[in-house]
Amino acid sequence: MTTVPPLKQRYSATAMSLHWLIALLIVAGFYLGWIMTDIPGFTPTKLKYFSWHKWIGVTVFMLAVIRLAWRLTHRAPELPRGMPPLQKLAAELAHVILYVLMFVIPASGYLYSSAAGIQVVYLGIVPLPTLIGPDTALKVVLKTIHVWLNYTLLVIVAAHTLAALKHHFIDRDGLLARMIPFLK
Amino acid sequence: MKTPFLRWIVAATAMTSLFLGVAHAQVDTSKSTVTATSKQMNVPVEGTFKKFTAQLDFDPAKPAAGSAKLSIDTASYDLGDDSYNQQVRGKEWFDTAQYPNATFVSSAIAAAGSNQFNVSGTLTIKGKSANVTVPVKVTQQGATQSFDGALPIKRSQFDIGTGEWKDTSVVADEVVIKFHIIAAKK
Repeated sequence: MTTVPPLKQRYSATAMSLHWLIALLIVAGFYLGWIMTDIPGFTPTKLKYFSWHKWIGVTVFMLAVIRLAWRLTHRAPELPRGMPPLQKLAAELAHVILYVLMFVIPASGYLYSSAAGIQVVYLGIVPLPTLIGPDTALKVVLKTIHVWLNYTLLVIVAAHTLAALKHHFIDRDGLLARMIPFLK
Repeated sequence: MKTPFLRWIVAATAMTSLFLGVAHAQVDTSKSTVTATSKQMNVPVEGTFKKFTAQLDFDPAKPAAGSAKLSIDTASYDLGDDSYNQQVRGKEWFDTAQYPNATFVSSAIAAAGSNQFNVSGTLTIKGKSANVTVPVKVTQQGATQSFDGALPIKRSQFDIGTGEWKDTSVVADEVVIKFHIIAAKK
């Protein structure tokens, strides 16, 4: 128990579950957002995708609240000792940005929907409050913000993933095992 | 020359509307609203009919003698998004080229409690007619009267949303038409 060396230290089961669940939802939400906006006009499929996309966003936001609370009350395992300080800084910075994006991307999408005059009804069951009234000008601004935040997310997630793979396959420092159950 | 003839028509039209204006209470369309709210995946989506005409002849003391006639420009349905508005004018929805107007013509008005009246009549949308009764609340405000009501209809009954839209799991069958009509008191 206490004999486990620091490098093999893992995130808690809760932290891992939240990480992978949110990761899965983000990928699904991003993919839906990408394809649904390419459908011209409106079709039943498009309306379904829009609803699912919004439900995913609301879910990510709620899980992000839990995750942040968990992260603030639990210590994350340390990064490998030999990691250069600049790399450590970059890793920490990427994590902070990802946490921020988990909140602001769903929030911007939610406000965009409000400004477009369309309420979000979570899972088709729970009507959520519209925080701002219909506003055509604001709608355009919020759409742009939502889209660019997502491009930012794409870049950071790509860096985050590539860095994890580099640690695993090139550095072989066991870092990836912090977040993957059963991985040695 | 055609001009004098045209002028004559314009004058005749003006005269006719003047007489109609005398016969009916003046409806203030700028303050009146007619909306239709559908539910998409349980999300209420409201659209407004920007253009319509209404002829009302109503005295709360003699409701049975009253009449109401509404004609709505279906192409003026505004969902707040140009591409959506465009699509809703198409054949699958309102088919505005073929059916530019939706109408309601009353056949009977009966009192139903204080300031409440049941207005029966024929609703025609996309060439399909149905007999409906809508509860209307009449409010007197100084020199004006307001008429408020909501009428739930089934869009399938009027062929609104054909083809893949017949599936009511995405856009529900029930659509609620709401109106708020302001007219000068007779």
